[in-house]
Amino acid sequence: MSDALKTLPLDALHRRRTSKFAPFAGYDMPLQYAGVIPEHQATRTKAGLFDVSHMGPAFFALPKGHGLTGDAAHRAVASIIERLVPADIQGLKPGQMRYTMITNAAGGVLDDLLIGRPPLESQQGDLYLVVNAGAKEEDFALIAQVAAGDANLVRADDRALLALQGPLAEAVLAAIAPEAADLTFMHFARFETENYNRLTISRTGYTGEDGFEILVRAERAEALAQALLASGEVALAGLGARDSLRLEAGLCLYGHDLDALTSPIEADLAWTIQKRRREAGDFPGAARILDELKSGPSRKRVGLKPLERAPAREGSEIVKDGVIVGRVTSGGFSPVLNAPISVGYVDAAFAAPGTVLDLIVRGQPRPAEVVPLPFVPHRYKKG
Amino acid sequence: MSLRFLESHEWADVDGDVATVGISAFAAEQLGDVVYVELPAIGRAVKKGEPMAVVESAKAASDVYAPLSGEVVAVNDTLSSAPETVNEAPQAKGWFVKIKLADASELDTLMDEAAYAAHAH
Repeated sequence: MSDALKTLPLDALHRRRTSKFAPFAGYDMPLQYAGVIPEHQATRTKAGLFDVSHMGPAFFALPKGHGLTGDAAHRAVASIIERLVPADIQGLKPGQMRYTMITNAAGGVLDDLLIGRPPLESQQGDLYLVVNAGAKEEDFALIAQVAAGDANLVRADDRALLALQGPLAEAVLAAIAPEAADLTFMHFARFETENYNRLTISRTGYTGEDGFEILVRAERAEALAQALLASGEVALAGLGARDSLRLEAGLCLYGHDLDALTSPIEADLAWTIQKRRREAGDFPGAARILDELKSGPSRKRVGLKPLERAPAREGSEIVKDGVIVGRVTSGGFSPVLNAPISVGYVDAAFAAPGTVLDLIVRGQPRPAEVVPLPFVPHRYKKG
Repeated sequence: MSLRFLESHEWADVDGDVATVGISAFAAEQLGDVVYVELPAIGRAVKKGEPMAVVESAKAASDVYAPLSGEVVAVNDTLSSAPETVNEAPQAKGWFVKIKLADASELDTLMDEAAYAAHAH
């Protein structure tokens, strides 16, 4: 098997704008253009455009001729995907998306993903999924296996997925798909456009800002990206800024802040498991997850604010009175706070905000305070 | 006095028996925005080619190697409050440390600017 890196549909555009690339999840990805901090600040103050075509968008639909309509069709397809995830997918309203995770029998997380219910009556019985790049082959295999012919997975990862994020995202996108402004946070719809064919646009993102993720056919992606950039309000932003933005927003990066041993409750994601699923307990890993919901997990994901200037990065030990009580899972620098920030898992006894712990940086203990997440407030456009 | 360079992108500017040391403009550009610099204590003995400081960009932490052996006699305190100085003036105001040389002959093992320019691209 070849281990050659895959390239993004917009590779040629990226090569004209930067020479700084990095391998990520098997793709040769642009790391930065103008610089991580300027791209980060542009996204917080105006808008940033990220090529996230490495992600795994897909549609999951009942077979043709299923004979069901409306809510019944939705419930039928949702009940199949619910065999893998603990969120209430049947309870989604038309057009709504939920953040959830594929859990394993031990209550760990195999991946985190978005699942959406299309808005139109004619589209019921079809779900929109977006999984992570690094786990998509395994996820899609698992989804196909659980569907067992009752529903079909149609991958859309040959298309481009562009994330337009920031306070000016709505105004910029209005020039291309004016009706997209009517979407509220965690909703999506398909839009027919003259120049870019059909776009699947969700009001979602990974930055904590208002913004959109736009699924577009690969051959129209460059024209769409150029049109967004031509507004003059949009900065191209790479993987570096994507990581610093999501870290400020307190969002998990799979494989770092979430993994097969970590439960959604430890990760402070109990809010993603709705009441109906808690009561039914009918998802993989329910025994552990429900027990942790009731009795509290033994460790928790927390925000950590170093009291000095040294960033504490992934892998740094977290120590209280000389004893290891946790580990940093993501850490770096916050351009908005102009200070280092970290996220890590600590023993539940030390998870209360205000607790001061030591982070071990190059062998030296550096004090840090447990703080609530996110570090920078979310600015979603809620309905 | 012209600058001399180590392969790992540090520069040294020698005046008498003291070298002012920093990272090259090329290295600063490659690192991107510098957000933290960890400098050695004054009085510490450093050895050519061994780590003496750490520079952190928005992306990652990197070791900075001593281009010459000797004793650290001064550090650039500006970098603790304004690490971005490394990006603004890497081969001037963004210097890291001053080293009192243990062996001036080591200077001959470093690259001159032309050789470094050929190395760093």
